[in-house]
Amino acid sequence: MTAALEAVDVTRSYQLDGVRVEALRGVSVTIEQGDYVAVVGPSGSGKSTLMHLLGGLDRPTTGTLRVGGRDVAAMDQDELASVRNATIGFVFQSFQLLARTSAVDNVGMPLVYRGLRRAERRRRAAAALEQVGMGHRLSHRPSQLSGGEQQRVAIARALVGEPQVLLADEPTGNLDTRTGDEVMGLLERLNAEQGVAVVLVTHDRDVAARARRQVHVRDGLLES
Amino acid sequence: MRLAEAWRVAVTALRANLLRSALTMLGVVIGVASVVVLVAIGTGAKQEVEAQVQGLGSNLIIVVPGRLEFGSAPTKSRLELSDADRIGRAIGQPGRVAVTLSSGETVRFGARSMFATVNGTNPAVPRVFVRPLSRGSYLRQSDVDTRRRVVIVGSSLATQLFEGADPLGRTISIGGVRFRVLGVFASVGSSLGADRDNEVHIPVTAAQRLFGDMRVDALALKAPSTGEIDEVRRTVLGVLESRYPDEEFSAVTQDQILGAVGRILGLLTTVLAAIAAISLLVGGVGVSNIMLVSVRERTREIGLRKAVGARQRDVLLQFLLEAVLLTTIGGLIGIALGVGGSLALSAAIDQLPAVITWWSPLLAFGVSAAVGVFFGVVPARRAGRLDPVDALRSE
Repeated sequence: MTAALEAVDVTRSYQLDGVRVEALRGVSVTIEQGDYVAVVGPSGSGKSTLMHLLGGLDRPTTGTLRVGGRDVAAMDQDELASVRNATIGFVFQSFQLLARTSAVDNVGMPLVYRGLRRAERRRRAAAALEQVGMGHRLSHRPSQLSGGEQQRVAIARALVGEPQVLLADEPTGNLDTRTGDEVMGLLERLNAEQGVAVVLVTHDRDVAARARRQVHVRDGLLES
Repeated sequence: MRLAEAWRVAVTALRANLLRSALTMLGVVIGVASVVVLVAIGTGAKQEVEAQVQGLGSNLIIVVPGRLEFGSAPTKSRLELSDADRIGRAIGQPGRVAVTLSSGETVRFGARSMFATVNGTNPAVPRVFVRPLSRGSYLRQSDVDTRRRVVIVGSSLATQLFEGADPLGRTISIGGVRFRVLGVFASVGSSLGADRDNEVHIPVTAAQRLFGDMRVDALALKAPSTGEIDEVRRTVLGVLESRYPDEEFSAVTQDQILGAVGRILGLLTTVLAAIAAISLLVGGVGVSNIMLVSVRERTREIGLRKAVGARQRDVLLQFLLEAVLLTTIGGLIGIALGVGGSLALSAAIDQLPAVITWWSPLLAFGVSAAVGVFFGVVPARRAGRLDPVDALRSE
């Protein structure tokens, strides 16, 4: 079986105010189908850069990156967007829900870019919301929901396209401990029941400890 | 991305900032409305002038001394009354060539006096021009031959001078000389700026003595049919050339007058509409500006949409549609205001006829949509090219 995500000796450097910043200096990591991995490291370690690369939002400066088995170097921006749409579900620390849009339309939004009709999008979005226990909040707007509920809606949005990987960047960072626990429980249940791989980026040791394995990033390199 | 969805997102975005959207539209509204109004007035003025020129009569040829060109000084006439007879015989229509010698004079009846255009003419006038009488009769050849002091008065002049009394048979004074009223013209309105209801007609011979001028200003005649206009025109010029070899004359037809006036009014309309179009352009710049603000405000939304699979063109289409929606709604409001404004204006002001042509609202709508595309494309491309990582990170 092909790996869901695969980075082989990738580096990523930027020019920041004329200074060359080496965010990643040669990292190899493989996310298998159904994996449950925590990427941990202090801020500035390069873990966000690694997450952006694994999510196909960015390209490595050198090295090979495969998303859903396809080399991103061979794809243009728009192909990469389609691959993201099909393969990855993003969960952000700050939820990133559209304010003036109902839960069901927020969740259905990624399907817009698959060219699905509104009725079909809403049907699938409602099913995804049902899975995360938000089936009773379809027409609520984000401002009418608690933080935990908003993150559940965001997880439903990540899930709606039936991705291979859920990429969660500090998913509990804006939640209290109990709500954070519930959200983690939800991600683990989805991982166990549906076989979707979960990649968790966090600096919270307790959260990281729940993952099946951990990848430590420090100064742009992996620690083993 | 389906167009319906892009449409929905655009409408939502515009409604989210209703006041801002309305103010942005205002520039386009004003621009489109003024273009529609000015085109309507220009077209109305042109049609009005055409109606006036057509209303003078048909197949007319007006003969004036000198060359009829813009910028050339008016030429002192050497035409004589006898030239009318000479031309009448040459074209086989004796007694059918009208003459005119005009000047402004004070016209007095009792204690009331008015300033009027006094035309010295001959009996051919009603045969050449459309000039109906409401009362009495027109000048006869004997009036001209004997230099009789009789007068036909214009309708508004008659009303004001006689205040409801019957003018027929009364005596009025023109430039201090007494004339007896023979008839009253029916109202014909004004033509090319001259109020024809404020004229009086007297025998040309009486006018020559009154003004101390033995010439006539101009001749007018009528070709038997449209097809013969050119031939008659050439004959007339031929007669005048052989009699005044050193002089130049112009014989203008109604078509030539219409063409000249039409060109001037057309140019005027174009210039005015172009000035109005500048305000449309300024409105477009406003749209561009507000779209840039909108892209900046929604950078995170753009980042999110790109992260979950929006392609460049999906984002571009969404913002372009928003800009086009702004300008076309503005355009529709502008057309409504422009059409309403034109009609109101022409109803309120008598001399300002407005005619809504079918093409001007269509053109205005098309232009406002084009303005949306033109001024929306830069902000929309900027949105489409945003890097998702940077966009998601922005505050």
